Order: sequence, then C-alpha cells, then structure tokens
Amino acid sequence: MEYLFAAYMIIWVLIFGYVLTLGKREKQLQEDIFVLKKYLSNNDKKS
Amino acid sequence: MKEPVNTPSLTDRVLGWGTFLAVTVALYLVFMWVPNEKIQGPVSKIIYFHIASAWLAFFAFFVVMVCSIIYLKTKDLKWDIISYASAEIGVLFTTIVLVTGPIWGRASWNAWWTWDHRLTTTLILWFIYIAYLMIRSSFNEEEKKARFSAVFGIIGFIDVPIVWMSIRWWRTIHPNIVSSGGFAMDPSMVQTLLVSLGAFTLLYFYLLRKGILIQKMRSEFELLKQELGTGR
Repeated sequence: MEYLFAAYMIIWVLIFGYVLTLGKREKQLQEDIFVLKKYLSNNDKKS
Repeated sequence: MKEPVNTPSLTDRVLGWGTFLAVTVALYLVFMWVPNEKIQGPVSKIIYFHIASAWLAFFAFFVVMVCSIIYLKTKDLKWDIISYASAEIGVLFTTIVLVTGPIWGRASWNAWWTWDHRLTTTLILWFIYIAYLMIRSSFNEEEKKARFSAVFGIIGFIDVPIVWMSIRWWRTIHPNIVSSGGFAMDPSMVQTLLVSLGAFTLLYFYLLRKGILIQKMRSEFELLKQELGTGR
C-alpha cells in the first residue's frame, strides 16, 4: 500500500509543481511586460 | 497605466474545469471502483496513471515532431513555440513514468531498476528531450534556435516507436497489456484505464495552452527589450 501511496504522491507533487511553476512564470512575465510598456510609453510622452 | 490582471479565457476555464472533473472521476475509479489485480494487490493500481503518463509523453513528443516539421516548412515561429511547450510537458510525464515504474517494479520484481529494453529506451527518451530543452537554452538567436530544435525534435522522435516496440522486439520482463487481440485486462480495468487516458489527455491540452501563452509572453517581452535597446 505504501508503494501505491508513494507513486500517486509523486505524480501529483510533480504535476502541481509544474502547474505552479507555469503560474509563477506567467505572473513574472506579466509584471516585466507591464514595467517595460510603462517605461516605453513614458519615453514616448517625453519625446 | 494600470497593471493588467490576466483573466483566463472561456476555453481555458472550460478546459481547466473539464480536466479537474475528469481527473477526479479517474481517481474515484482507481481507488474506489476498480478491483485490485489478483496477484499484485493494491500496487497494481499504479499502472492506470503510469500508462496514462507514458501515453501523454508519447503524444507530447509526437506533437513536437509534427510542429517541428511544420516549422521547417513554414518558418513560422508559432510552431516552434508549440514544440517547446509540448516538449516540456513530455519531459515532465516521462519523468513520472520513470519514477512510478521503478516503484511498481520494486513491489512486483523486488528491484527498483533493471536494464530491461523498455526501461532503458524510456530513459534514453528522457535524456533526448532533456538535451532538447538544454540545447534550446544555449541559443540566443531565435531563428537558429528554432531551426536546430526542429531538427532535433524530429530525430529525437525516432526513439518513441522504439520504446513502444521494445517489448515486442526483444525479450523483456516488462508487462505487455496491449496486444493485437486488444487489452489483456479485465473490462473494469480497461474502462478505468481509458478514463485515466482521457483525463491526462485533457490535462495535456490544459498545460499546453498555458505553456504556449507563456512562450508568447516571453516573445513579447523580448521584443519590448529590443525596442528599449534601440532607444525608442
């Protein structure tokens, strides 16, 4: 029974870990894009 | 300028909830409905998600191969983005196969690992696509990276049919549950397996859409960086 538990535990830890990583990457990129866009639009206004 | 909040599209929400529901049904069938295999007992239930993971990995690498061919023909970077997102998912699920297989093997064969043809070719498959992901990160030029990855993605797929056929071509101790006569299992086990395969296929498309979105955002980020570099 412990083998079954270990196997399913590992499966879901890996899958959830990957989903969380994707979520983090998405959030980080969203913030970076926002900062760059803001910077570029400020530059446009100045010029 | 207000920071955008990324709300998932209707397709993403439907796919997300559909995946959740399908996985829940699959888990219910595995743990509450399908009987244990007579000889192996509860540990036999590993196979439902082990096989589903193997199927998903094969499918993901098939998508890599198809998109790589299309990329080489069209030179459209969107196909390279799909290839990369799919390869990442394939590596994740090959990892799951390589972890759950030995756990099942320890319980059934009393050995964590044996250099059986099926196990060895699967390990090689994992190394091939780990190399694919590593090589991609070593290129700076988008087009060169995409072209080289596409060639690698096509050649790398050659190992998938070898993994599949390994238990038919060579003597092996790995069980073969799919033969020309169909599934060598009880109907209730086949039904549970099919639901697990369906659930993981939905999970693949959910993860693929997420991966594609992230790669598109990365491309946008690189473009903005270039704009900044040219001093707009």
